[in-house]
Amino acid sequence: MSLLTVSNLQVSYGGIEALKTISFEVEKGQIVTLIGANGAGKSTTLRAISGLVPIKGGGITFDGRDITALDTSRIVSEGIVLVPEGRRVFPNLSVLENLKIGAFLRKDHAEVNAAIDYVYERFPRLKERHWQMAGTLSGGEQQMLAVGRALMARPKLLMMDEPSLGLAPLVVRDIFSIIHRLRDEGITILLIEQNANAALRAADYGYVLETGRITMEGAGQQLLNDQRVRDAYLGQARKRGAVRHCNDVD
Amino acid sequence: MTDFISANLPYLLAGISVGGQYALIAIGYTMVYGILRLINFAHGDIFTVAAYVMLYASASLPLYLSLPMTIAFTVFLGFAVERAAYKPLRNAPRMSIMISAIGVSYLLQNLMWYVTGGLARQYPTLPWISSTVSIYTATTKMVTLVTPVLTLVLVVALVQLINHTKVGMAMRAVSKDFETSKLMGIKINAVISVTFIIGSFLAAVGSMLYFSNYTAVTPTSGAMPGLKAFVAAVFGGIGSIPGAVIGAFIIGIAENIIKALGLTTFSDAFTFALLIIILIFKPTGLFGEPVHEKV
Repeated sequence: MSLLTVSNLQVSYGGIEALKTISFEVEKGQIVTLIGANGAGKSTTLRAISGLVPIKGGGITFDGRDITALDTSRIVSEGIVLVPEGRRVFPNLSVLENLKIGAFLRKDHAEVNAAIDYVYERFPRLKERHWQMAGTLSGGEQQMLAVGRALMARPKLLMMDEPSLGLAPLVVRDIFSIIHRLRDEGITILLIEQNANAALRAADYGYVLETGRITMEGAGQQLLNDQRVRDAYLGQARKRGAVRHCNDVD
Repeated sequence: MTDFISANLPYLLAGISVGGQYALIAIGYTMVYGILRLINFAHGDIFTVAAYVMLYASASLPLYLSLPMTIAFTVFLGFAVERAAYKPLRNAPRMSIMISAIGVSYLLQNLMWYVTGGLARQYPTLPWISSTVSIYTATTKMVTLVTPVLTLVLVVALVQLINHTKVGMAMRAVSKDFETSKLMGIKINAVISVTFIIGSFLAAVGSMLYFSNYTAVTPTSGAMPGLKAFVAAVFGGIGSIPGAVIGAFIIGIAENIIKALGLTTFSDAFTFALLIIILIFKPTGLFGEPVHEKV
């Protein structure tokens, strides 16, 4: 059974249809990716699932429950957590506080402390810098903090909006290996990326989004080999071999 | 030397005292600005309403009832103003919410005219803090000594709340980034309400201290201390709590130094001249951060 089902979702911003009825599913325990050009509606989709933008039509079901009309806070407590584009750590809070605030809805102190240890174990760098203001971290460290902060909420579904954006190739590789590890630990992941090559390599399943519509879907590898996808989204990577090489994940 | 001290001590004491009162108001301005980027023009009027509530409540109730009642009413008013006049405009342009604040300010002022008839009334004499004391050669009211101490206690408590509690952490997060705070599960509206509640609580306390010193209450008597507290918040760097407190003490003391120099007529002018100078030379104030537009 799929963990997340989005059916005929419609979203408009000030009269412009950002999403014109899209439907897709995310299977439990998989990495699912949405790829597409700038402005295709990838971020809007995630933001709509999180309840950050008003939904005009359609529905979202999570774990068998209809979450379409819930507010963001309730959606988080249901287990859907978004790592927003551009990391958006709180620069005026320390690393430790950023983690604690990720567990804002959790009441049990012992569990929260266990979660902090869990994150520190995966990102030892954050432990070293726990007292530092998050604004002083490097881009890669901030991305790790953003992921760590999201894990503090104990997500069932972790949504990541462009986690590799603006990061050095080596850091991008780290991020993707973390995504894999999280999947292996049982967290379902919905990933959106402009770096379609890396995303499809990492993903179990993928959807192609074009100007507010889903135009193609398939297993990650299958899309990776599809000529249309290659022409439209991987063309750049083919021309600039270095990019593909740097983003190789395995 | 003795002459000098005995001549100037009362002014210094008055300056520290009124500085503390400005500080209690200024914190409300600066906290609301920090979270909503809004100058809450109604804040000075909430301060005045607190005086009237105290005045009417004390007429028929003992202090142990009128005092908590005044604080509770003021806090509720601050909360209600935010819910009614600012919350519906959460996604509106900044200018709309500012105009709404100006509207609330006039609404409260006119309600006070309507309810009270507008004649100046005598603020009740509060036991103990209205009693006179002499320090060295100066005679003053107890409130002069109580104000700075109480102000500092409240400020320290507030800073602890903001830096070491969960709600304080949420306030700091919301002040930086609404949307990401929502993604943490924080209820933005609850955090904003808490901010208004704290600001109004401090304004209520400030009102009791201020009007124990300047006992005539009219519907506009909160306007001047409100404006000066606003200047103090800008001077200290709007958004910064320590900045607002330090700015308020500096303005309170400077005003009274000017009075001590025999230039009483110019003491208000000084405050506003200071505002102009700050806005020209250091718009971010003493402790303010440079403004980054939120995306």
